[in-house]
Amino acid sequence: MEKTEMQKKQKLTISYCISRVILYVLLIFMAAIMLVPFAWMISASLKVEKDVFSFPIVWIPKNPQWSNYVTIWKKIPLLIGFLNSAKLTIFTTVLQLLTSSFAAYAFAKLRFRGRDTIFMAYVMTIAIPWQVYMVPQYIMMTQFKLTDSHLGIILMHAFTAFGVFMMRQFFMGIPNELLEAARIDGLSEYGIWAKIMLPLSKPAIATLCITSFTFEWNDFMGPNIYLSTTAKKTLQLMLRMYNTQYSSNYALIMAAATVALIPVLVMFACLQKYFVEGVASSGIKG
Amino acid sequence: MARTDETKSLKHNHKLARHNELIAYSFILPNLIGFFIFTFVPIVFSLLLSFCKWNLNGLPDFIGLKNFVKMFTKDPSFYISLKNTFLFTLGVVPFTLVLALALAILMNQKLKGRTFFRSVLFFPYVASLVAVAVVWMALFNPDKGPVNSILMAIGIKNPPRWAASQTWALPTIIGLTIWKGTGYYMVVYLAALQGINHDLYEAAELDGAGGWQKFLNVTWPSITPTTFFILMMLLVSTFKSYDTMYITTQGGPGEATKVLAYHIYNQAFVNNDFGYASAVAMVLFAIVAVITVIQFKTEKKFTDYL
Repeated sequence: MEKTEMQKKQKLTISYCISRVILYVLLIFMAAIMLVPFAWMISASLKVEKDVFSFPIVWIPKNPQWSNYVTIWKKIPLLIGFLNSAKLTIFTTVLQLLTSSFAAYAFAKLRFRGRDTIFMAYVMTIAIPWQVYMVPQYIMMTQFKLTDSHLGIILMHAFTAFGVFMMRQFFMGIPNELLEAARIDGLSEYGIWAKIMLPLSKPAIATLCITSFTFEWNDFMGPNIYLSTTAKKTLQLMLRMYNTQYSSNYALIMAAATVALIPVLVMFACLQKYFVEGVASSGIKG
Repeated sequence: MARTDETKSLKHNHKLARHNELIAYSFILPNLIGFFIFTFVPIVFSLLLSFCKWNLNGLPDFIGLKNFVKMFTKDPSFYISLKNTFLFTLGVVPFTLVLALALAILMNQKLKGRTFFRSVLFFPYVASLVAVAVVWMALFNPDKGPVNSILMAIGIKNPPRWAASQTWALPTIIGLTIWKGTGYYMVVYLAALQGINHDLYEAAELDGAGGWQKFLNVTWPSITPTTFFILMMLLVSTFKSYDTMYITTQGGPGEATKVLAYHIYNQAFVNNDFGYASAVAMVLFAIVAVITVIQFKTEKKFTDYL
C-alpha cells in the first residue's frame, strides 16, 4: 500500500519534471525566435559590409566595427531626426495627457447637458481607423496650411478619443466621497483634478504616456504623408531614407536601426510593468 | 416671506447649476475642440468626399455614385487589393490568435523568469516597424539572406524568393506581422487567464478532469469573451494595415501585396484622386463597421449571459 503510494508520487514527480522541461524548452524557443532578428541586427551592425551575409553566421564579429556607429550620423541627418521625433513625442504626449485627463474628469465626475451624447461620439470614433479618414484630414490640413509642419502633426495626434476614454474609465473607479469631502474643504473642481484625481491615477497616466510615446516615436505613415522638408523629418523617416539610399550597405542600415530602437528599448526596460498592465487592463489599442 | 426665500434659493440653485455646467464645459473644451476639428470633421467629410471628384484644384465636383461605379466595374486593382486584404487577414488572424493563446497558457504556469519571457515576447510589438522590417527583409533576402543560406545548407536547392516573389511576398509579410503582434495579444490573454477563479480548476480536478479536459471545460469557456475581443481587434488591425507593405514591398511585386488601405493611399497621394480614394475608404469603413457591430452585439449577449 505504502509502496504504491510512493511509486505514484515518484511517477508524479517524474512527469512533472518532464512537463517542466518541455515548458522551458518551448518558451526558450519562442523567446529565441523573437530575439534572433535583433541579435542579427546588432551583430551585422558591427561588421564590415562584405561579412554581413557570410555563412555560417558569425554572431560575434572578430573586429567589431564600432566606426559604423560614427559613420551613420554623418551620412544622413539622423540627429535631426532624433530631435524632431523627440519634439513631436514630448508635445503630443504632454498635450494628450493634460487635455484627456481634463476632459475625462468632466465625463466621469461632473454633470452637464450633452455629456452622454458627446461621450458616445468619442467612443464611436475609437473604432474608426485613421486609414478611413486620412484623405479628408489631409485635404483639411492643406487648407489650414498645416502640412509639412510639426504643429500640424501635434494637433492631429494630441486629441484622441482613446485617451479620453481610458482616463475616464479609470476616473470612474475613484470614489465620489473623496471629491465631496474635498469640495466641503473648499477645493475647486480644478483643485480636485490637480490634487486628487491626478495623484490617484498614476497607473492610467503611465499607460497613456507609454501608448502615446510608442505611437508617436514609431509612427511612420503620418509623418511620411505630411513632412517633406528633410530638416523636419522624424527618426523613422530618416531611417527609411537610409534604407533606400544606402540599400546596399547593410552594416550601416543595421547600425542606424539599432540606434533608432534604443530609446524605445530603454523606455520599455524601465516601464515594462506598466506596458504590460496597460495592455492587460485597457485591452484597447491607441 | 418664506416664498421669496424659496424663489431666491431656487434662483441661486439655478445660478449654481449654470456655473457648475460652465466649469464642466471648461474641462472638456480643450480636448473637444481639437478632437472635433482634427478627427470628427474629417470622418464626416470623408463620407461627403466619396461622392465627389476632386484633385485639390478648385472646388470638388459632386458626381453622385460615379466613384463607386468605377470602383466596382472599372478598377481591377480594387479587386486585387480587396482579395489581398482578405488573404492577409486569413493568414495573420488565426495564427496570431492560436500562438498568443498557447504562449499565454505556457506563461501562466509556475515559472521562473516570467517577467523576462514576457518582456522578450512583447518587445517586437513596441519596436519600430521601419527598423524591424529592414531587419526582416535582410534575413529573408532571397540571394544572400541567412534564412535562405540555412535552407540551402540543409539541402533545399531552390528556396523561396520571399518578398521578391509573387507567391511568397504576402506570406513573408504575414510572417512579419504575426511575429511582431503576437506578444501583445499574449499579454491580453494572460490577463484573462489570471482572472479565472481557481476554485473552478479545483472542482474540475475533484471530478477527475485531466489537463486537456480542464482546458476544454474551464479555461476555454472562461476566456471566450477575451477570444472574441482579440479576434475583433485583430480583424480591424489587419483590414486597415498597409504600412508594412509600404515599407517592405511597396505593394509589389506587381500587385502581390497591394491591400485596400494601400489602394486608398495610392489613389489619394500618388494619383491625386481624392474623391475616389474616399470612396475606397468607405469600403474599408463598411468592413470595420460590420466587425464593430458584431462585436457590440455579441458583447451584449455575453453580458446578458453572465
